[in-house]
Amino acid sequence: MWTIGPLGFAAPMLLLALIALPILWIILRAVPPAPIRRRFPGVALLLGLTDEESQADRTPWWLLLLRMLAVAAVIIGFAGPVLNPQTERTGTGPLLVLIDATWADARDWDSRIDRIDALLDEAIRAGRTVAVVPLTQLPESPEFVAGDVASAQLPNLKPAAWDPDLAALSAWAEALTGDFDTFWLSDGLARDSRDPLLAALETHGAVTVFQSPRQTLGLRPARFEDSEIVVSAVRTPIGPATDTQIAAIGLDPSGVERQLATVTLTFAPGEAVAEIPMDLPQELRNRVSRFELVGLRSAGAVSLTDDALKRREIALIAGSADREGLELLSPLHYLREALLPTADLIDGAIPDIIQANPDVIIMADVATLAEGEAEAIQTWVEAGGLLVRFAGPRLAASDTGRSTEDPLLPVRLRTGGRDVGGAMSWGEPKSLDAFGETSPFFGLPVPADVSVTAQVMAQPDPTLAARVIAQLTDGTPLVTRKPLGEGQIVLFHVTANAEWSTLPLSGLFVQMLERLAVSTRPVGPMVGDLAGTTWVPEDVLDAFGRLTAVDTLPGVAGEDLAKAIPGPDLPPGLYAGEERRIAVNVIGADTVLAPAAWPARIVVEGLAVLRETLLKGWLLALAVGVLVIDILASLLLSGRLRGTRGGVVAVLALMLVLPQPSKAQDGSADDFAFQALSQVTLAHVMTGDPAVDDAAQAGLYGLSQTLFQRTAVEPGTPMGVNIETDELAFFPFLYWPITADQPLPSRDAYGKLNTYLRLGGMILFDTRDADIAGFGSGSPEGRKLQAIARSLDIPQIEPVPPDHVLTRSFYLMQEFPGRFMGPELWVEAAPPGAELADGMPFRNLNDGVTPVVIGGNDWAAAWAMDDYGTYLFPVGRGMAGERQREMSMRFGVNLIMYVLTGNYKSDQVHVPALLDRLGQ
Amino acid sequence: MTPAAALRADAEGLAAPLPALMAGAEHLAATVLLGEHGRRKAGVGDSFWQYRPAMAGDPMRSVDWRRSARADAAFVQDKEWEIAQSVMLWVDGSAAMGFASDKSLPTKGSRARTLALATAILLIRGGERVGLTGNVVPPRRGAAQLSRLAQALLADDSADYGTPDTTGMPPQSRALFVSDFLGDLAPVETALGLASDRGIRGALLQVLDPQEEAFPFDGRTIFESMSGSLRHETLKAGDLRQRYLDRMAARKDRLAHLARMSGWQFHTHHTGGPATWALLWTFGALERHA
Repeated sequence: MWTIGPLGFAAPMLLLALIALPILWIILRAVPPAPIRRRFPGVALLLGLTDEESQADRTPWWLLLLRMLAVAAVIIGFAGPVLNPQTERTGTGPLLVLIDATWADARDWDSRIDRIDALLDEAIRAGRTVAVVPLTQLPESPEFVAGDVASAQLPNLKPAAWDPDLAALSAWAEALTGDFDTFWLSDGLARDSRDPLLAALETHGAVTVFQSPRQTLGLRPARFEDSEIVVSAVRTPIGPATDTQIAAIGLDPSGVERQLATVTLTFAPGEAVAEIPMDLPQELRNRVSRFELVGLRSAGAVSLTDDALKRREIALIAGSADREGLELLSPLHYLREALLPTADLIDGAIPDIIQANPDVIIMADVATLAEGEAEAIQTWVEAGGLLVRFAGPRLAASDTGRSTEDPLLPVRLRTGGRDVGGAMSWGEPKSLDAFGETSPFFGLPVPADVSVTAQVMAQPDPTLAARVIAQLTDGTPLVTRKPLGEGQIVLFHVTANAEWSTLPLSGLFVQMLERLAVSTRPVGPMVGDLAGTTWVPEDVLDAFGRLTAVDTLPGVAGEDLAKAIPGPDLPPGLYAGEERRIAVNVIGADTVLAPAAWPARIVVEGLAVLRETLLKGWLLALAVGVLVIDILASLLLSGRLRGTRGGVVAVLALMLVLPQPSKAQDGSADDFAFQALSQVTLAHVMTGDPAVDDAAQAGLYGLSQTLFQRTAVEPGTPMGVNIETDELAFFPFLYWPITADQPLPSRDAYGKLNTYLRLGGMILFDTRDADIAGFGSGSPEGRKLQAIARSLDIPQIEPVPPDHVLTRSFYLMQEFPGRFMGPELWVEAAPPGAELADGMPFRNLNDGVTPVVIGGNDWAAAWAMDDYGTYLFPVGRGMAGERQREMSMRFGVNLIMYVLTGNYKSDQVHVPALLDRLGQ
Repeated sequence: MTPAAALRADAEGLAAPLPALMAGAEHLAATVLLGEHGRRKAGVGDSFWQYRPAMAGDPMRSVDWRRSARADAAFVQDKEWEIAQSVMLWVDGSAAMGFASDKSLPTKGSRARTLALATAILLIRGGERVGLTGNVVPPRRGAAQLSRLAQALLADDSADYGTPDTTGMPPQSRALFVSDFLGDLAPVETALGLASDRGIRGALLQVLDPQEEAFPFDGRTIFESMSGSLRHETLKAGDLRQRYLDRMAARKDRLAHLARMSGWQFHTHHTGGPATWALLWTFGALERHA
């Protein structure tokens, strides 16, 4: 192989033939083109004429150049040129191909697979056995197999959305035996696990690292800062200023997932982290389900949001007006302090609050509610609201829930409550008991310094035990809860301020509110916070950043979740607990990305694969192409390319050379719509039989002319409609002649026809065979009509009753002849039980225009008229025939009137009533 | 194939163009309405022309008594002059006439024959006598003459270029020469001289192929006449175009001049154009001198 730059030649000696090109030039130039022999009688006039140029006509230089090009292409082609000839990698023995297969690989996963494929190709050629091992999904020990086997399994390789586990990796590295070389495709991120593994691998053989220097971006979880969302992203390696788009994605009000907002994040030059506030309205903010770096295909570019971003709306209602100057005694003070950082608080009158539909209503020491307010709150709770009540002196003093259970209290209360540990009472202040397993507070540590000095007491009854979710050490209920409809009511048996207990002063108070989903946590969950809970993955991210809903994964312990280190057991995604949802993201709030550093002794190669490209075929194709052009040019020069044939050849040649111009959008659909809609237009269905279609067109033309002359309807030129392709909604009326051999409409066409019929269109089916058959299956057309109508949405039909609107919509008539005088015309059956109208010769049929009229009288032939108004088909004999044609015209007029005005004539039954109402 | 069968096949092939020629000529002739039949002057004939007062010398039996009875003078009924003329046709059948530049065009020869025969049909319908020069077909009238004419017209000439044959032309007759007139003009000149000496008037119809009129050639070319006896080689045919066209124009001028001098009509027809125009012109040119 002899190479120049990226080009190599398999048989470079052949290139010497290029020296012959100049000789060829001289020879070709000296030989004039061969003459054409022509028979031409006019030669007699040519005798004696001499050429003005005595010199032989030479081949023009550009034609020579063309030929030289062809010859050169052939020579170079056969010399076997190869683009990017690959130098073979040396090495024998087993080969271990490691790939990090993390989320950072996902972005250019295909190119990594290509690179491995190229490496495997080399291994196959060298006869080495290969094991391909993704570090995130470690096999027990690498299995060295033949290269083509490994190559066949490559498509199964997928990146994982987490980092390799340090412990598992070192255990795996320990277990490695034997000598092998290692190719390590790195994702370019620094990790603690790298160095030990590298050291372990180097004891077995040479290690080569493949790594691309491209930038890796990670999106950190969004957080609240001064009531606005701040999104931030981290990058490595740190480079110049770059812009990247961050999109907030969530369900829009119609339930469709879409980008709710986007913001452009700019990395300052030399900065690893960039952040930008995202100003979203409250409504929109609660809809955001995740943030994404736009255009990046990686789990690191997606940050799921959970309840932490959702700020609940909480209404606070206090029983008593705040006493001025006694802030710390205000029943709402501690609630405000606890909730303000994480929720939006609403104050106001109860009716206004109910209007605002908050997530939670907290009533501190509210004993009685106004008449309508209690019902309003109850309705709101039943619709899914959470009502949290705190006790207090008022509640203790009131009669609420004494004798019967108040719907807005979880338990009945005993009169007066109790005081413990006070100056006037026995006993020590009571402290909290540990939370039971069924309690939503289970797992929260109980601080020893929380004490209760006063409380309201629950009346013991059978339901009480189930409703207690927190109790004191002596077993008296401290917090009770009952479900009501979709929502629930929670009662703290102490005050919301520090008067009765120290609970509001402790951190437990905030945690309890959080567990009740009253507030949401401001930062990531604490380990203890989640202790003892189980979380079920709802949506899981794969390495490519795609979110998939799952319901088959096992639950995850809260302790693991709190660590938020994604792994095979804890894939990144959204985890649902009892009341809350927590997101696990690939990139944490403090994640820092750093480029992987390799010791100098390790060879680091790029990822780009330069595939060998054999150019021989291309060059030979070029030579053939040039020779074809040469043939055309020679023909042109020698005058053989002439006349129409020459024109055709030239056009063909041009078509070969020029790219096909893209077919311009033709406005035929628009034209169709304009033509159909500019006037009332009658239409007929194209049957595919030209004679029938022409007759239908002429028939509708004749009918249109008649309508124009006799009525206020002034139709345009009738149109033929292809029910497969054309829009039917433009036409009030379709005439459908049935031929025995027309194809059945397609499924789509049936859909269109049914929509057309349902939305008020009318079709006149004409089997055109009334001369030989009665209506029915007696003729091929009748059978075809049955086949067509089988899938159509046609109501029950009956022969036209004598009082049908068709008999009087313009002319009074009882028979509907066309070219033939058929037996019957069928229309939609009248509703059963229609009664004869008072004093009228017809029944009370107000509504409904029949969607189909079915008959076989070949009306179009009777109507058919040419441009001069001459009838095209004979009807009957003599005057009787003319009368029949006139009647068929009248039927057409009646039919179109019926189509356009509906049952207007039928409303005449109401005339007496209307006149009566007018007082006449 | 037996000799008899071969003969039959040859005969069939020979006879095949005849009905086509007749049909084509009939078809062409049908496009012309004979509105000008008759000589528009008094003479020997069958149809009424005019009444005129009887003059001295009129035989008594020629007096139209019915007309004379309505007046005091005697009247004579003149008949329209319907004398039959002899029209002699010469159609060039040389090899040069077998040329057609394109498959869609007829050869010059077939166009010339069709035109000649169509003219003959019209003339015979008008009662004239039509024949071919060179004592091939003497002038006669009647439909049977048409098939004789067609038969004779189909004969081919092996010469490269045709020369008009003036033998067998009755004096004071009319003549139609159809050729491409691409050969030597001297015989044409002689023939016209002879004809005008004998009081023969007529028309020269030059039938040319569009390619002969345009000379659309280029490049190195060897031109050969149809039989191959003449040839001319050029390295750049395109250079010759103008000179060829000049020569062609000069030739047409010469022919037109010759025709004018001897009282003939000259017209050039291209096989690319419709034959009807040429037929109309021919018929008109022959009528004009009647």
